[in-house]
Amino acid sequence: MAHGMHHEHAAHEAHAHPTGWRRWVYSTNHKDIGTMYLVFAMVAGVIGALMSIAIRMELQLPGLQVFHDSHMFNVFTTAHGLIMIFFMVMPALIGGFGNWMVPLMIGAPDMAFPRMNNISFWLLPASFALLLISLFVEGEPGGPGVGAGWTIYAPLSTSGHPGPAMDFLILSLHIAGASSILGAINFITTIFNMRAPGMTLHKMPLFVWSQLVTVFLLLLSLPVLAGAITMLLTDRNFGTTFFAADGGGDPVLFQHLFWFFGHPEVYILILPGFGIISQVVATFSRKPVFGYLGMAYAMVAIGGIGFVVWAHHMYTVGMSTGAQAYFVAATMVIAVPTGVKIFSWIATMWGGSIEFRTPMLWAIGMIFLFTIGGVTGVVLANAGVDRVLHETYYVVAHFHYTMSLGATFGIFAGWYYWFPKITGYMWSEALGKLHFWLTFIGVNIIFFPQHFLGLAGMPRRIADYPEAFAGWNYVSSIGAYISTLGLIVFFVGLVHAFLRKEKAADNPWGVGATTLEWTLSSPPPFHQYSVLPRIK
Amino acid sequence: MPVLFRHIALAAAMILGLAGGSEALAGLGQPSPWQLGLQASASPVMDDVHWFHNFLLYIIAAISAFVLILLIIVMVRFNARSNPTPSKTTHNTLLEVVWTVVPVLILVAIAIPSFRLLFLQQHIPPADLTVKAIGRQWYWTYEYPDSKVTFDSYMLRDSELKPGQPRLLAVDNDLVVPVNKVVRVLVTADPTGVIHAFAVPSFGIKIDAIPGRLNETWFKATREGIYYGQCSELCGKDHAFMPIAVRVVSEQAFNAWLEEAKKKFAAEDGARPNTLAAVR
Repeated sequence: MAHGMHHEHAAHEAHAHPTGWRRWVYSTNHKDIGTMYLVFAMVAGVIGALMSIAIRMELQLPGLQVFHDSHMFNVFTTAHGLIMIFFMVMPALIGGFGNWMVPLMIGAPDMAFPRMNNISFWLLPASFALLLISLFVEGEPGGPGVGAGWTIYAPLSTSGHPGPAMDFLILSLHIAGASSILGAINFITTIFNMRAPGMTLHKMPLFVWSQLVTVFLLLLSLPVLAGAITMLLTDRNFGTTFFAADGGGDPVLFQHLFWFFGHPEVYILILPGFGIISQVVATFSRKPVFGYLGMAYAMVAIGGIGFVVWAHHMYTVGMSTGAQAYFVAATMVIAVPTGVKIFSWIATMWGGSIEFRTPMLWAIGMIFLFTIGGVTGVVLANAGVDRVLHETYYVVAHFHYTMSLGATFGIFAGWYYWFPKITGYMWSEALGKLHFWLTFIGVNIIFFPQHFLGLAGMPRRIADYPEAFAGWNYVSSIGAYISTLGLIVFFVGLVHAFLRKEKAADNPWGVGATTLEWTLSSPPPFHQYSVLPRIK
Repeated sequence: MPVLFRHIALAAAMILGLAGGSEALAGLGQPSPWQLGLQASASPVMDDVHWFHNFLLYIIAAISAFVLILLIIVMVRFNARSNPTPSKTTHNTLLEVVWTVVPVLILVAIAIPSFRLLFLQQHIPPADLTVKAIGRQWYWTYEYPDSKVTFDSYMLRDSELKPGQPRLLAVDNDLVVPVNKVVRVLVTADPTGVIHAFAVPSFGIKIDAIPGRLNETWFKATREGIYYGQCSELCGKDHAFMPIAVRVVSEQAFNAWLEEAKKKFAAEDGARPNTLAAVR
């Protein structure tokens, strides 16, 4: 009898979970941690967005209006980039949706290393705090914060920023990197070892494939960044001269190391978005994904080739002709698997029975806008024409079309797609669609004219510009205000959904939603799959 | 309130500018308001960049339009109302081969002129004149090594601008070169400073000025005039305020300028004070 009671007690213990603040701070539950990641991404995203609004306000008219000097402007562009990459897109897509959905989609009860999952998340607020502190301590002589761009090229980040702000930033990146590496290990282990019976790699939903490729990129590229910024740190503080020409070092070495990380990083940002789009397009077309294997291996190919194209960011550093020619060729190859993805999405919709719910609008918007960002990428891949466009607003337009429009549209597609599953509540279709249209119109007005500015020669990262650039900059700033309205509608919709409390069905999307998370209740139980599902 | 008026005035000017249309023509040597494309060309390299960029623009516009048309077709034909029962097609080997091979062919078609342009830029013909540009925080130093002429080039402040000179682009001492001559530009930066980039859009050149490295590029200006560029690598707080101005003149005018420059800048030759950063 006693034995039986003990057993029961133990079973109860395993399923008990702390409440109140302990539930979150001590959390080992992938869903709670995923929720914290999503909230964190929202907070950071708002801060990053406010910074971008300040940037656009400054650039609305020639002259200096918002910032009292251009160093502060550089600090804002730097922080905006870093926040959006490391503290908005990555936490939302990998930590947030990845944590939430990967175990649910592969039929696993949780992540492989729940406690490591906890520390992966809790390193991020610490890292973010360090980044925010860096804004308030001296960087460049006489000015607070790091104004060296998110690429923190040496020697501007060494001798050019003697103050401690840069050291805070380096530490922040180290911690964010450690967080991501731990997360990557967790995802790889989970996906390789914890798939439910019958869930072979070739049956995994494409979102899980996208996460798998992404975390491999993280695992392989972040240590290189860590090495590079450690060398920065020792150059700054311990007298080494890895990147200092006057000590026999080479500033260009930093750029090679940075972009060996930085280029895979841009695929880290977009691949999970690709995965979400695949799920959403298939669901709302009520058709399985077209060319599943091609889709999965296109992502593997993008990830693989992504590691051997880094110096296309460096065509103007004085590389040999042969090296430039190689990077032109390798970079253009990426267009092929990317094209496979775009066409497969369209083929998935072809013959389908498409419902234009809010997630689908974001997905279709993403496909078109990412195509535009992709084709301007093909232009920039060519060293000959990049010579003119490098470091101009053409580049800014290009990467915002892929990131701000591609990755962020992927995030919002995932948000509206999984919100009913995560919260158990349904959002308002009208507000969701209003959010989409305001954002779609706004971001196009911001970024499309930036192509014209870049072609005309306007350099990036300048706080003030010759009068000839005034026209399109004004238009671009108007777009920023429109998309800000979109962001406000997003939060209104969020609050509205929680106040209205309209219960969401377990599967609100109907027969098109075939992945395992829709077999669970909305929201799912605290621990799911006590009995593992079997996949035919 | 003045800010509001300024906004209204600017918006009105923009609408007029758009209606005028002629304003949207690409500038030569500097950008023009509402410009849509590249700056006008004044060198053989930039001629080719123009051609190649137009070629690419046709291709990428066609691809974007193709994707847009496909999306419109699926949205119209395959929405839930017009097509209530979805098909179950998930494979079509021929289609998948086509959409892999056709992009490869397009890329090959792009690569051929791309490499030709790259080799044109990278292969420096025998130079008629060599100049050296040294990027510093935040101004440029120009040297004519064969004539022993060295001078600094600072951006003009608003109060120093003469009528017609563009703000943030005009400088006190232009880099002067003869027309229709191959000019080799050696580019570096202050050895203890940071990276800058020397760029002149109308010549189609941009090359980083890196401490401890000597980069080189070339141009052959085909038209007299003044050509502006801006530092194109983030170099600190006054990155936006170290423009490049190249004045292209006839050979006779160049020789006359050079003689004058030898006298004018002689005092600074060799003993250039290092405290000039305080000027701006």
